Amino acid sequence: MNIHFVVNDFWELVVTGLTQGAIYALVALGYTLVYGVLKLINFAHSEVFMVGTFASWLTWTWLGLGVNSKVPPLIQVLGYVVIAMIVAAFASGATALVIERVAYRPLRRRNAPSLIFLITAIGASLVLFEAVGLIVHRQPRGMPVLVKPVVLFHFLDAAVTNLQLTIIISALAMMAALDFFINRTKWGRGVRAVAQDPQSAALMGVNRDRIIMLIFILGGILAGFASVLYCVKVGITTYDVGFNLGIAAFAAAVLGGIGNLRGALLGGLLLGVVENLGAGLFGNPWRNVVSFLVLVLVLLFRPNGLLGESLGRARV
Amino acid sequence: MTQTNDKPRVGVTDTLRRFDDRRAEAVSGLRQRWSDLPRAWRVGALVALIVVLYALPDLAIPGIRTTETDFTGVLFLVAIYVLIAVGLNVVVGLAGLLDLGYIGFFAVGAYTVAIFGSPNSPVVIKFPWLVCIPIAIALTMISGVLLGWPTLRLRGDYLAIVTLGFGEIIRLIATNSTITNGNRGIAGVPVPPGNWPSFVQTIGIDGEPLGGRALFSINDTRPFYWLALTAVLLCMYGVRRLENSRVGRAWLAVREDEDAAEIMGVPSFRFKLWAFAIGAALGGLSGALFATHNTFFNAESVLLQTSILYVAAVVVGGAGNLLGVTVGAIIISYLPERFREFADYRYLLFGLALIAVMIFRPQGIVPSRRRAVELADRAKEAPTNV
Repeated sequence: MNIHFVVNDFWELVVTGLTQGAIYALVALGYTLVYGVLKLINFAHSEVFMVGTFASWLTWTWLGLGVNSKVPPLIQVLGYVVIAMIVAAFASGATALVIERVAYRPLRRRNAPSLIFLITAIGASLVLFEAVGLIVHRQPRGMPVLVKPVVLFHFLDAAVTNLQLTIIISALAMMAALDFFINRTKWGRGVRAVAQDPQSAALMGVNRDRIIMLIFILGGILAGFASVLYCVKVGITTYDVGFNLGIAAFAAAVLGGIGNLRGALLGGLLLGVVENLGAGLFGNPWRNVVSFLVLVLVLLFRPNGLLGESLGRARV
Repeated sequence: MTQTNDKPRVGVTDTLRRFDDRRAEAVSGLRQRWSDLPRAWRVGALVALIVVLYALPDLAIPGIRTTETDFTGVLFLVAIYVLIAVGLNVVVGLAGLLDLGYIGFFAVGAYTVAIFGSPNSPVVIKFPWLVCIPIAIALTMISGVLLGWPTLRLRGDYLAIVTLGFGEIIRLIATNSTITNGNRGIAGVPVPPGNWPSFVQTIGIDGEPLGGRALFSINDTRPFYWLALTAVLLCMYGVRRLENSRVGRAWLAVREDEDAAEIMGVPSFRFKLWAFAIGAALGGLSGALFATHNTFFNAESVLLQTSILYVAAVVVGGAGNLLGVTVGAIIISYLPERFREFADYRYLLFGLALIAVMIFRPQGIVPSRRRAVELADRAKEAPTNV
């Protein structure tokens, strides 16, 4: 127990927690989108994120950046990050789509019980995890340092670096874009319609399979973006990076109300902060225990999450 | 345009599926013939099979011996996996609860024996093995109830994630807490008492006759295998009896439709909790036996992938069917040892097997008849527009 440290550095911990939480929130959106429409937990989503981190690593390696390369000037950094985001979004989106086609679609046609979906999802996750593990010989991969953290300003005696600010702002921007897409566009209306009542949506001419593909791709793209932010922030990736992050992101989605986009944002940020405070209090090895405990407590006392499950009812 | 592309692929899957249908028919035909045999014949055949199983370490059957690892050790491992599969089958196959953290119970059982029995642990009193085993079973049962009490009211898919979390918490405790000693682990786990009867004059490994020496020693794995095999047979018998009892029927009702079961007066929560506790106890027993054989247990043995492997054993083999889960457990534990060159790919291959089995034959390789009917029923109810 480290109460002294937590009290002294409370705001510092909150800011680092928010940074981590922004990444959780982006991954949580993938869980929430799929759950909102299909009412199933896409267990393999964590590996979609993992594929994204390796896609970013590959991109930067191809572009000639290594672990020891010097920090490039700002314009170039922007270029590198944008290219990595495109590649990672493409890789993650494609992975998510393949998972949907191979592991879920045949089951949907047979009206299989939800546990069977979960088992194929676990199988898919194991396959991706092991395939990447075998390819990289189970060794971690280091990333180039793209941004040197500089303290920009102080927020309630917590130093906020440019890196933290960028991550939080870009995550928020992506979520705003997704929110706009779901609530204001024709495709988004289709997603909400299928979430609300698949049969009526089909009668109104919404192609359900296409909507389902769309949500998997969207979730994959967001996980790809999240993986680039993660790589810039942490600077290293392993083949098992998805597991704990996936559980935390899932806990975040449940905390905010799974199936609810804004809930994923709230849950992600909140979980990031709580986890960081917990890690400060009990020591870093127990970090993941905190997210599990949060998950269990939320499921026990408020199983619909803080904002309720409501992709279908997002806008009436 | 797409049709010409799709045709050969569909042809291959069709042939495979037809082949597998024929195999499944043959299996169910054999089982029918088996149950048509006179009772005395069946008992006789079972006794003969059990005798062969006990003698397996000393039989020279060509082709099945593992070349690179001690064959008896592999047999012991297979027996432990079968015990785990039988226990997990109660939870997954009979009660229909997906438990992804079964390794947690395994670890609790193993650590209990290690902590209460080993001289290298912080617990001051050293209990003999015969006392440690009941403690281990009781503690894992309690941990199963503690985990199940708050979580079994949740929907099935949430339960899976929470049990996964439980497994991870146990792993973190094993790695980081002082009482489990992390990766250095606890050595000096006690072994069961007992000596070879003095009339056994067979020559042991070191050239001395076995009679009068300790039965369970580091030099000879066979007694550990016999112990595990005995545990497997007893537990299988017990589970089979439970399955055909009032409890088993209650599990079945809860698995097929919880609301309907509840309306019919089956207290579903209580029976789910029972399934969880019994499953946990069997997991704890297998962990305890594993630690006994190794005389050592550390955090590296607690891996969540292993936990998923257990689920794969049950599901691929055929959830709800004792023969099926036994086959699944043997596949998952024996094949990687027999074909060491593929051992590194085993999670990959079993992951693929999980997807393939769930898509083409969700009832498993050796299905439980009732479950096969359940799944076929659901497929008929599938809405046409999906």
